[in-house]
Amino acid sequence: MNRDAPLVLNRDAPLVLGIETSCDETGIGIVRGDRLLSNTIASSMEQHARYGGVVPEVAARAHLEALGPSIRAALAESGVALADLDAVAVTSGPGLAGALMVGVGAAKALALSLGKPLYAVNHLVGHVGADVLTEQPLETPTIALLVSGGHTSLLLVRDLVDDVELLGETIDDAAGEAFDKVARLLGLPYPGGPEIDRAAIGGDPTAIRFPRGLTLPKDLERHRYDFSFSGLKTAVARWVEQREDAGEPVPVADVAASFREAVVDVLVTKALAACRDLGVPRLLLGGGVIANRRLREVAVERAAATGVDLRIPPLSLCTDNGAMIAALGAQLIMAGRQPSGLAFGADSTLPVTEIQVP
Amino acid sequence: MLLAIDTSLGTSVAVVDFDGGVLAEVGTADTMRHAEVVGTAIAEALETAGVAPGDLSGVAAGMGPGPFTGLRVGIAAAHAFALGIGRPVVPVVSHDAVASAWYRDGGSGALRVLTDARRREFAWSVYEGVDDAGLPIRVEGPGLVLRTELPDFAGTSFEAAEVPAGALGLVAERAYAAGRDFPADEPLYLRSPDVTMSAGPKRVSS
Ligand SMILES: [Zn+2]
Repeated sequence: MNRDAPLVLNRDAPLVLGIETSCDETGIGIVRGDRLLSNTIASSMEQHARYGGVVPEVAARAHLEALGPSIRAALAESGVALADLDAVAVTSGPGLAGALMVGVGAAKALALSLGKPLYAVNHLVGHVGADVLTEQPLETPTIALLVSGGHTSLLLVRDLVDDVELLGETIDDAAGEAFDKVARLLGLPYPGGPEIDRAAIGGDPTAIRFPRGLTLPKDLERHRYDFSFSGLKTAVARWVEQREDAGEPVPVADVAASFREAVVDVLVTKALAACRDLGVPRLLLGGGVIANRRLREVAVERAAATGVDLRIPPLSLCTDNGAMIAALGAQLIMAGRQPSGLAFGADSTLPVTEIQVP
Repeated sequence: MLLAIDTSLGTSVAVVDFDGGVLAEVGTADTMRHAEVVGTAIAEALETAGVAPGDLSGVAAGMGPGPFTGLRVGIAAAHAFALGIGRPVVPVVSHDAVASAWYRDGGSGALRVLTDARRREFAWSVYEGVDDAGLPIRVEGPGLVLRTELPDFAGTSFEAAEVPAGALGLVAERAYAAGRDFPADEPLYLRSPDVTMSAGPKRVSS
């Protein structure tokens, strides 16, 4: 294969296959420019349920099994042949190292087998990139709040392919992890998000005033846009234990509703503070925790009250998926970027400033 | 003609041909950088052999045993490459490649192949020679054993630091030509994922 041949790339509406394996979803997406053709997801979530959280080795084994069938399914769904692709895109990080490596190894081999260029991209920026696949074009600058079981990050996106800054992130647990842990201590199964939502029905969100992490004036100085959920989880555990020690019943609906309110309050308050502080009247939500109904409700209410234009992509584009990786790859191509080399690896802590890995 | 990929120890990639033998073999013994090097190794092997992806009739994949994280990179790459060229994956037990090379280089008699399996363990397989198709005859294994509990062996014990993809590919070629069954297309992890069941929430109040 002649690797010195000049690269002639369709830069108008490139057909890109994206591979995402950073956590427990094997995501394969196919896009043409900013048009979504397929978003195929195989999840190993059920295999993790009995362990109460994502087990990296279980996730990585599942990726290896799901990858081939998922690629075939995505091609079938979109009616695309591998030979038609203009490029392959893959998540290089951040995420679980062993899981990422499965996707990186596969993507390199696939690109080489087809003689197509390869784009190694950032998972978090991918979440933002998912929005270009929706009806209205993504407007920048925007603040982006990305919340899942693996990350809780607040970004300032001045330009999707050029300029992304990390404003803050969780200093301990991700928000999704907090949902899982609190669900567990309330005796609810994994994953905790939907379980807490269900348990909170009829509960009073103001019944218990749980702490809002990193919102006190002294914390705000150093951690204005950072999050912390481990203290909240401990506070819930302590509250429940006190009830049990006193021989009183635990009002599960009130605890669930009050806990959820504390998480949602901090997330939305800090995101809108960033919009106000930085004079950016746009907020984009992404990540699997966006599935939480109360989070969406509160975000819609408060964004409207503060004149912030709120964007929430469809849920299938919020959870981890390959379409967002393909979409970001396509945006990079349309912006004239050169492909990544072959030497990049899986970077579990890839910073958001590295939108594409060289 | 096959592309052969093994990442059960280091990373080894080769292009082999039943008649022409090993046309190219590249790689590294580094056991930590499989994801980084696998792409370059594939590209270099093809270039050195002067072979285009479309000329290949399949991809031989070393299925282990080997440390999981690295092992998976090569298997994932083999599957994806095979998918890309629309040809099959040919699974090969990685130890068979080591044994095949050992007999080819003049070894004879009973052979026990040992490779590092981390956690103070060896992965092992036992062979008793080569058959008429030139394929190593594996009579036991692969299995795992603590290094301190390795039993005595009446033959040669050979601890391999690398699994040569050239030999791996030739095992696949010969097995195919002789109409043999291939092993299952499943990684030889030999261990369950290292997880404990959740013990329920821990008390936080004193
Ligand atoms: Zn994510």
